[in-house]
Amino acid sequence: MSENAKLPPLPTGTVTGRAVTWAKKNLFDGWFNTLLTIGSIAFLAWLIPPIIEWAIINATLEPSIEACSEVTGACWGFVNANLRLILFGTYPYDEQWRPLLAMIILIGIICASLGGVKYPSVRKWIIPMWVIGVPVIAFLMWGGFLGLTYVQNSYWGGLPLTLILSSIGIVFAFPFGLLLALGRQSNMPALKTLSVVYIEVIRGVPLITVLFMASVMFPLFLPDGVTIDKLLRAQIGIIMFTAAYLAEVFRGGLQAVPRGQFEAGESLALPYWKSMRLIILPQALRLVIPPTVNSFISMFKDTTLVVIIGLFDFLGTVKLALRSDPAWTKYYVEGYAFAAAIFFLICFSMAKYSAYLEKELRKGERR
Amino acid sequence: MTIATETKNDALRPPSSEDVITVSKMNKWYGNFHVLKDIDLTVRKGERIVICGPSGSGKSTLIRTLNRLEVYQQGEITVNGIHLGDDVKNIEAVRRDVCMVFQHFNLFPHMTVLENLTLAPIWVRKMPKKEANDLAMHYLERVRIAEQAHKFPGQLSGGQQQRVAIARSLCMQPKIMLFDEPTSALDPEMVKEVLDVMVELAKEGMTMLCVTHEMGFAKEVADRVIFMDAGQIIEMAEPQAFFDNPQNERTKLFLSQILSH
Ligand SMILES: Nc1ncnc2c1ncn2[C@@H]1O[C@H](COP(=O)(O)OP(=O)(O)O)[C@@H](O)[C@H]1O
Ligand SMILES: [Mg+2]
Repeated sequence: MSENAKLPPLPTGTVTGRAVTWAKKNLFDGWFNTLLTIGSIAFLAWLIPPIIEWAIINATLEPSIEACSEVTGACWGFVNANLRLILFGTYPYDEQWRPLLAMIILIGIICASLGGVKYPSVRKWIIPMWVIGVPVIAFLMWGGFLGLTYVQNSYWGGLPLTLILSSIGIVFAFPFGLLLALGRQSNMPALKTLSVVYIEVIRGVPLITVLFMASVMFPLFLPDGVTIDKLLRAQIGIIMFTAAYLAEVFRGGLQAVPRGQFEAGESLALPYWKSMRLIILPQALRLVIPPTVNSFISMFKDTTLVVIIGLFDFLGTVKLALRSDPAWTKYYVEGYAFAAAIFFLICFSMAKYSAYLEKELRKGERR
Repeated sequence: MTIATETKNDALRPPSSEDVITVSKMNKWYGNFHVLKDIDLTVRKGERIVICGPSGSGKSTLIRTLNRLEVYQQGEITVNGIHLGDDVKNIEAVRRDVCMVFQHFNLFPHMTVLENLTLAPIWVRKMPKKEANDLAMHYLERVRIAEQAHKFPGQLSGGQQQRVAIARSLCMQPKIMLFDEPTSALDPEMVKEVLDVMVELAKEGMTMLCVTHEMGFAKEVADRVIFMDAGQIIEMAEPQAFFDNPQNERTKLFLSQILSH
């Protein structure tokens, strides 16, 4: 604004005038910047038109192999024809309204929780919403009574599976990670050692190994006859893994809160847990919103690794659809592009929400 | 209003004979570093004590042992008849009665001024929110800052923040207040507004231990001045005797340095 005031009055009047001034100042200021601007424009001009041509102009939506073989562009018909397989995996075809409804409820609860934290009147409903919502989702997915047929969870798949694994993962990994971070800072040696060992061991191995151990090694330690469901094992593996990463993120936040804050709490006779909850954590967590969301995003994408233990998450069902008919197999670019678009949409929303939350929490408060 | 009543209101009440803090033969180490050596100190109810001494002499450490922000390894500390040791119940009981005002205020930046003040009454004293708010407003008026109640600490000047910190302590209705260089992080023009509040508190009979180099404050309100050096209490005397006739060479040197500017 103040820079504008210094400029000659002529161009500030019209929109084009202002655009020209802006461009001169930001895009063509100096030969290097000008070169960069021209280079970028040329690159985009080279890149974008062929993509649009392939994805839209020369593409077809018609769900038939014949239509696809006639066009030069993308065969979205593959996605169209296999949409239900891609979305719901091997869930019984006639019952697929159940995962659809479950998914809608889950997304609804997530959106209401994220959007509602700001408003005290909504905030008090967040926990009841989850307490009621999760059993409803479980009932829809499993069924078994009230007229719904029982569907074993080895038939679950697709987007609902991905969403369930990651949202339950976040809900449990968050508090677990927090306890680990506090444990690591504790001055009780046993607790501290336990936390450090846990974090370092889990962080030191790839998620694939954790999942493999959960599915192959873990049952070996259980007494005969006791089995833990494959899905549950994968879920536990994801929680354990994510918690270790979150613990380190939270530890960074805890260290960034000045020691004096804790001392002020102590000198007001606040006990440890109250001090933590009311003084330290609100400050520590707000500092680590970006890396926390970063962990969530990478965890969301890591849920795709459950394929290796035989669960078909959303990416797994795309592969399933590609293999469903040899004629479709060559349209893997379209299949993966569709999956990538959905993943991107969800991850990008998380990133946007994180930015929004940071801004909300800064309001009014100046440091 | 007559001059007589005014002076009567203004006069310092003499401390009572009841002891509220007893420190005997207290020693503290940081690893191998002997930071407090054989500290003996008795504070009576209503007494105002100023502690001074060169930087690093252990002043902060001493007053921080009195509400157990720091542990000690030898000797005894008793506050309000409660032995201050490892017992968590005792520590919390002592902290309810002893509040500390810090050099860097240590206000909670994510809460409004009012929330800063009501936090402890609500969560420690279990006071209903409404009552806590009234109490907080009362003390904010006392420190002349009531109009800032809904701002965040970061929006206030240093002097204002320190007055809020004092009000926050007062909301716990403490019997004893500890001050650790409350004015040394302030710009010079803000020192007075904070000292004024502290002088008022002193005149109301609050038991105070104050680490400060504000010698004017010491002369005006202190019952005793303590000089510390290298972890020891070197000299302890009434202000007049302390300033006019210091006994120890180190005290003399310190006073000559601090009073010369
Ligand atoms: N946490 C600590 N660990 C080790 N040494 C410390 C610690 N805190 C203070 N000290 C040392 O103890 C001495 C006394 O410190 P302090 O009580 O803060 O002095 P003062 O308040 O008189 O300036 C100083 O030499 C300081 O370096
Ligand atoms: Mg100090």
